[in-house]
Amino acid sequence: MNDLLILSIVVLIYLVLTGYVGYVAWRRTKTADDYLVAGRETHPFIMALSYGATFISTAAIVGFGGTAGVYGMGLLWLTFLNILVGIFIAFVFFGKRTRKMGHNLGALTFPEFLSRRFDSKFIQYFSGLVIFFGMTLYASVVLIGMARFAETTLSIDYNIALVVLAVIVALYVIFGGIRGVMYTDALQGTIMFVGMFILLVATYWMLGGVTDANQALTNLVNIVPAKATATATATGFTGWTSMPALGSPFWWTLVSTLILGVGIGVLSQPQLVVRFMTVKSNRELNRAVLVGGIFILLMTGTAFIVGALSNVYFYDTVGKLAIQVVNGNADSIIPAFITAAMPLWFAYIFMIALLSAAMSTLSAQVHTQGTALGRDIYETVTNKKGGASVMIARLGIAIAMIIAVIMGFILPANIIAVGTSMWFSITAAAFLSMYVFALFWKGCTKAGAISGLLVGTILSLFWLVFEYKKSAEALGIAKALTGQAVLTTSVPWPTVDPIVIALPVALVVTIVVSLLTKKPSKEHMEKCFKGV
Amino acid sequence: MVLGINDPWIYGAYIGCILVTLLCVVYGIINWNKGGDDEEEQIKEEIEWHEKEKEMEEKELGLWDEYDE
Repeated sequence: MNDLLILSIVVLIYLVLTGYVGYVAWRRTKTADDYLVAGRETHPFIMALSYGATFISTAAIVGFGGTAGVYGMGLLWLTFLNILVGIFIAFVFFGKRTRKMGHNLGALTFPEFLSRRFDSKFIQYFSGLVIFFGMTLYASVVLIGMARFAETTLSIDYNIALVVLAVIVALYVIFGGIRGVMYTDALQGTIMFVGMFILLVATYWMLGGVTDANQALTNLVNIVPAKATATATATGFTGWTSMPALGSPFWWTLVSTLILGVGIGVLSQPQLVVRFMTVKSNRELNRAVLVGGIFILLMTGTAFIVGALSNVYFYDTVGKLAIQVVNGNADSIIPAFITAAMPLWFAYIFMIALLSAAMSTLSAQVHTQGTALGRDIYETVTNKKGGASVMIARLGIAIAMIIAVIMGFILPANIIAVGTSMWFSITAAAFLSMYVFALFWKGCTKAGAISGLLVGTILSLFWLVFEYKKSAEALGIAKALTGQAVLTTSVPWPTVDPIVIALPVALVVTIVVSLLTKKPSKEHMEKCFKGV
Repeated sequence: MVLGINDPWIYGAYIGCILVTLLCVVYGIINWNKGGDDEEEQIKEEIEWHEKEKEMEEKELGLWDEYDE
């Protein structure tokens, strides 16, 4: 109870501070004009930190950090892709074009951007639907990440934590955060940065330095009794500092779901794409690459390294592996490590860092969901502007939030990383081929884009429901319809992520159909690519 | 053995992360002042975009109601 009181006070101080920064920023920049003009003197780290804080959620820190406790440092390939694809390629190659083309087309949301580029209303409301429903899952795992931390570190009941945190985030989003004030995002990014920096340095310091700590982790696989890792070894696990056996189920999950799904999927995350349209100039994007790269390295690198090294700490202190300490729920590894290894004051700081991570991500998500429902679906389908749209958007946001909380109650353990990956996979399969061609290939046609969108979405959903073991088993639809948990059990198919199947097929379909169908008009292309 | 890790695929990732971050840093430094040549025009476009977005938020999402004075 004492912990809860201290936590409440800490959270309150934090919320007041966040609110104050948001208010000051808002007072100062009453109009969009002010915002941009004032913005010229703003440090570029505001944009980069704001993007980073939106990108990195509690799911990345708690969920993927815990997953690293099981899969080891191979997960660092995800950090590599996060920086190379999520920052460098996204900012330098996608960001600049998206910004210019988005302005040429007067698009305000990601579905609208795609819809106007390919001159198809269907693309807008269909994409809106995919985003609205898919994002609920993502919102849910972000909330679970925070609640697990509160449960493990501060001994607050998981269900209570889930509801309380959801209410805090909802209030924040409704009364300010939704405006996407970059200053509050940047403040939250800074808190995350400091929290993760302390965690990385402290962990390495505690375990005797970088080389010694890594060495201990390398040796660990030979020290622990074979039965402790027997299940994992049977599926391809070889240690925490070595890649799993090539082509084994363990390898497929690590590489296809955890690394590729999120590493590539980030390019077509709707809430991140919109960020590119709010950048003042290419110069700001250039500068943001610098800050963004460092930020992502420290966020995900720390989470994965600390998650993996927690095995050394737990084995030294209690003679168990991290996953044994948390009774098999990898989602609790990072919280358990912080509780056991770090002082209590740090647990509070980290809680604030996680709250920051969740708020910045969820506020962008909620905004995207609201626009998806109000503008992309309702208004596009009914051809009406304003009016009922407000109600629909608000109601939709409220319902999505409630569903996210309910899912938080019923989703199984070990869900955060997989749930995040699923969302990234679906968006990549649905949007990535169309989005890449929208920016880089004038020959892509409306029919080609629509075919790719449909094939990518349907194939990835089909795979998730009928073949991908983790999701198919949890959903139970395949079992009910066919009597089998998955359609084929032969290795490696049940562990191959949908992105590996659906994205290439969507790409090929988009190209083939585009080559066979009527090219878009020259005037339209000139409008889209003007100044690109 | 690099940094206490035997598998080249893992220390490759470890070092790769640092190298790719350096790439970002170097790119950022080299291009620190580039891309701002037609900034006035870019900012004008951006202002128009923001006004449209604000209008959408007001009319379609009702998000700015609380801030109207």
